[in-house]
Amino acid sequence: MSDTVMVRIDGEVIAAKAGQSVLQVARANDKYIPALCYMEGLSAVGSCRLCMIEVSGVKRLLPACTTPVQEGLAVSTSSTQLQSYRRMALELLFAERNHVCSVCVSSGHCELQSLAQEHGMTHVRYPYNFPRLTPDTSHPRYVFDPNRCVLCSRCVRTCAQIEGAHVWDIAGRGIDSGPVAEMQRPWGEASSCTSCGKCVQACPTGALAEKGWAVEEMTKQRTVVSTLNSMRESQ
Amino acid sequence: MDKARIGTCWLDGCSGCHMSLLDIDEAIVDVLARADIVFGPLVDAQEWPEGVDVAIIEGAVSSTDDLELLTTARERSGIVVALGDCAVTGNVPAMRNGIPTRSLLERVYVEGATEQPGIPTDGVPALLRQAQPLHAHVKVDVHVPGCPPSPETILYVVGELLEGRVPDVGSRQRFG
Repeated sequence: MSDTVMVRIDGEVIAAKAGQSVLQVARANDKYIPALCYMEGLSAVGSCRLCMIEVSGVKRLLPACTTPVQEGLAVSTSSTQLQSYRRMALELLFAERNHVCSVCVSSGHCELQSLAQEHGMTHVRYPYNFPRLTPDTSHPRYVFDPNRCVLCSRCVRTCAQIEGAHVWDIAGRGIDSGPVAEMQRPWGEASSCTSCGKCVQACPTGALAEKGWAVEEMTKQRTVVSTLNSMRESQ
Repeated sequence: MDKARIGTCWLDGCSGCHMSLLDIDEAIVDVLARADIVFGPLVDAQEWPEGVDVAIIEGAVSSTDDLELLTTARERSGIVVALGDCAVTGNVPAMRNGIPTRSLLERVYVEGATEQPGIPTDGVPALLRQAQPLHAHVKVDVHVPGCPPSPETILYVVGELLEGRVPDVGSRQRFG
């Protein structure tokens, strides 16, 4: 069948559908590749660099979420070198902003925190940036705390691609970039926001949270986006 | 065999990590059979002694006093353990780091004071520009994250060190 391609992931030969990414094929076959910016049901952007893999015949590393499968593709997903780069990427995420797990509503339910533990990250080897960032509490139901943001853009894509409101965007450049609501208005004044809260559910950390929760109390429904997307695709 | 010598101290922390250390309960009797605690909030010594085998340090480095004690402990100890998130990441004490020290002190002791406004200088050490984790200032041999680290992890770390092994904290603890 022409739309089936055979690929090799960590030595195992797997049948994949043309058009799928390496990450999608790996996950469908119970092969774990860590990722933070990827979310099933949204477009892939390859920004967090945690799903980097080694592709046979390619000298540089490629993100599994944006690398499409092709006939004969052979990849390695968990070499010692990849593990060390992933830990480095995690440490840089922690160094960039103020991720104070001990006072975070999402502690114990946070993808960044879990990934750090999973990778045996006991400390950050790089100097902390300690930026001064102010939370946006203007929305009546939700809060955005940029201190906890990892710039994954899952909120931006969820709002644009699932809710269709496109309230969020990433503004600024480099280390100074971050999500803004409606061309940098306070979230509470964003008239296009439907207050659906799907961005909050999509956020991997405590950067977007419901108001009214204390430390460790904010749990998220991670499957909201993928469920809505698969329901639409099946129509 | 001579007993090992352990020193502990807390810098800018809440003492919660020391509470978790005490939470190893009766296991502390076994630890004390193999080691003496020669410095720390739990004992009387006034100065960090020479020849300490293991220094267990809680808290971030926030003041000139913190830095002096940390430097002395590092010089006089074989292994330095950063115990808990404040020592490992800066944690809550580092939440002030984006604010200039002067503005911070004025906000608290002048604007925030109802009586005798003024920044205290007598008998208190000067604040450093930022509260930092231990390894921003000295070499740290073992990092134990957690707020606080669990008694089980602390007992594992101390047990390994007393056996002459370097503990692999790895995925035993999460931050927070």
